[in-house]
Amino acid sequence: MSLSSYFPYLAVMAVVTYLIRMLPLTVFRREIRSRFLQDFLNYIPYAVLGAMTFPDVMYSTGNMWTALAGVIVAVILAWRGKSLLTVAVAACLAVAAAQGIMLLF
Amino acid sequence: MIPHFRQGFRHGIPIGLGYLSVSFAFGMQALSSGLTVWQAVLISALNLTSAGQVAALPLMAAGAGLTEMALTELTINLRYALMSLSLGRKLDETMTTGPRMFFSFANTDEIFAVASSQPGKVGKSYLYGLMVAPWVGWTLGTLLGAAAGTLLPQFIRAALGIAIYGMFLAIILPPARDRKPVRFVVILAAALSVCFRYVPGLNTVSSGFTIIICAVAAAAAGALLFPGREEQP
Repeated sequence: MSLSSYFPYLAVMAVVTYLIRMLPLTVFRREIRSRFLQDFLNYIPYAVLGAMTFPDVMYSTGNMWTALAGVIVAVILAWRGKSLLTVAVAACLAVAAAQGIMLLF
Repeated sequence: MIPHFRQGFRHGIPIGLGYLSVSFAFGMQALSSGLTVWQAVLISALNLTSAGQVAALPLMAAGAGLTEMALTELTINLRYALMSLSLGRKLDETMTTGPRMFFSFANTDEIFAVASSQPGKVGKSYLYGLMVAPWVGWTLGTLLGAAAGTLLPQFIRAALGIAIYGMFLAIILPPARDRKPVRFVVILAAALSVCFRYVPGLNTVSSGFTIIICAVAAAAAGALLFPGREEQP
C-alpha cells in the first residue's frame, strides 16, 4: 500500500483508539448515570464480536467446509469455557485436519 | 517499586504468549490485504487492539474514507472507554495524569481483566510491568506473521486464518451461555451481519458501516429489552 494512503489510515486508527482509552482514564472520570447508556456500552463488545465473527469466519480458511470444522470445534471448546489460546489453536488444528481429510477424497 | 514491576511483568507473560499467536495471523492477513511487513508491524505497535485492526484491513484494501475508518474504530473500541472508566477507580496515588496517559495506551481487554482482578489498588510500577510482554508479543507476532507467513505452506496458512475468530468465539460464548441478554445480543448481531452479507441491496454496504450498524442495533435492542441486567465489567 502506498505510504500516502497508509499513513492517514494509521493516524486515524491509532488516534481514535488511543483517545477512547485515554480520555476516560484522565479527563472524564465521572460515573455514567444513564442506565440505558450503561447497558448499551456493556453489550457493545458482544455485539461487535458477534457481527465480526459471522459470517466472516466461514471465509477465513478459503473453504467453507474446513471453516465449518474449525467453527464446530471452537464453539464446543469455547462453550466449555476453555482459554482463548486453547480455542484458537484447536480451531486451527481442526481446519488442518479437515484439509487433510478432504485431500483423501 | 522493582518487585511490583516484576510481578506485573510476570502477569503479562501469558497474555503476551496469547497475543503472539493471534497477531501472527493478523500479520499474515495484513500482507494479503496489500500491506507491507513494516506497515503491518507499525499498526500493531501503535494500536494494540485485535478486533479494531482486523476490521481495518478490508477498509484499507477497499480505499474506504477516513470518516468510515474513524467511526468503525470508535464503535469497535468503544468498550475500552468503559474499561478505562472502571479501571480508573482501582488506581493508587502513583497513577498521576502522566502515567495514566501512558498506561491507557495498553488498556486492552486482557490487560484490563488482569489488572482489575488484582486485590486492592494497583500502581504505576505494576501496570508498567504488565504492559511489556503483551506489547512485545503483539508486535513481534505481527512481524513474524507478516515476514514468515508467506513462507509457510498454503494449508498451514489457511488453518491459521481461523485463529482470530477462534479467539472471538472464546470471548463471547461463555457469557452468552450463562446470560440470556448476552446470548440475545450476540445472536441478533450475527444474524444482522449475515443479512448485510447476503441480502441484495444490504450487501452493498461497506464492511465498516456493516459492523457499526449491526453492533449499535443489537446492543441498543439488548439495552431496551433487558435493562439493568448487566453488571459493570
